[in-house]
Amino acid sequence: MSERPSVLARATARESAESSQDDGFFIVHGPIDLDAVRAALEDQRCGAAVFFEGRVRDHNEGRQVDRLEYEVYEPLSVSEGRRIIDEARERWSILGAVGVHRGGLLELGDIAVVVGVVSPHRDEAFQAARYIIDEAKQRLPIWKREHYTDGDRHWVNCRRCSGDHAHPPPGDP
Amino acid sequence: MSKSVRIRYFAAFRDAAGVAEERVETTAETLEQLFEERVAAHAGLRAEVQAKVAVNDALVAWSDGFSDDDEVLFFPPVAGG
Repeated sequence: MSERPSVLARATARESAESSQDDGFFIVHGPIDLDAVRAALEDQRCGAAVFFEGRVRDHNEGRQVDRLEYEVYEPLSVSEGRRIIDEARERWSILGAVGVHRGGLLELGDIAVVVGVVSPHRDEAFQAARYIIDEAKQRLPIWKREHYTDGDRHWVNCRRCSGDHAHPPPGDP
Repeated sequence: MSKSVRIRYFAAFRDAAGVAEERVETTAETLEQLFEERVAAHAGLRAEVQAKVAVNDALVAWSDGFSDDDEVLFFPPVAGG
């Protein structure tokens, strides 16, 4: 196998040797290396590979977004992300799954999260990828702060606890 | 009985509390009670329905207890992806 691109290889090396596969959830602080994700999921038993990319969008709840900031609590994001992948492997006959989430400041169009799943047939890969991204969004200790074009900024999903924005988002009581 | 714990606040909770971490003495028995104490201590801090709590890097329930010298992590509603 060709040399593994750096980010995922480093992250994989940091994981314990508990799994011989490349499965896992990783946090990176620079651009996500899609080639590394694809390489980690090469498997000739699998006829289907499904990849999801979550990208930075230029608007949310009616406001123009300029850039995004992700804060990640890494120890629990990695362990909980791995748990989600293990759950997906128990539910569907997939043969590999990788998740990567980026932390730090991201610009519009940047890839914030990638989920890749391989399986012998496509149905399981689609379902498992959907499960992994949905659960990751709800369970991983990761927070997104939107920076708006008007200079304001706001922690997403945190309506009452955030004192750092002057205007509540539309629909806030 | 009083316990001493290290508390860490993340994202919006850190902004609201005005500190990233603190060591506190408490007589609270559950994590919910501990959070309520911190709400009383920090003017900007508010409870959030979707907030989570972890003790020593494991997610736990708000109704759980905790021990002397634990590290308690208060997570505001998450928003990954």
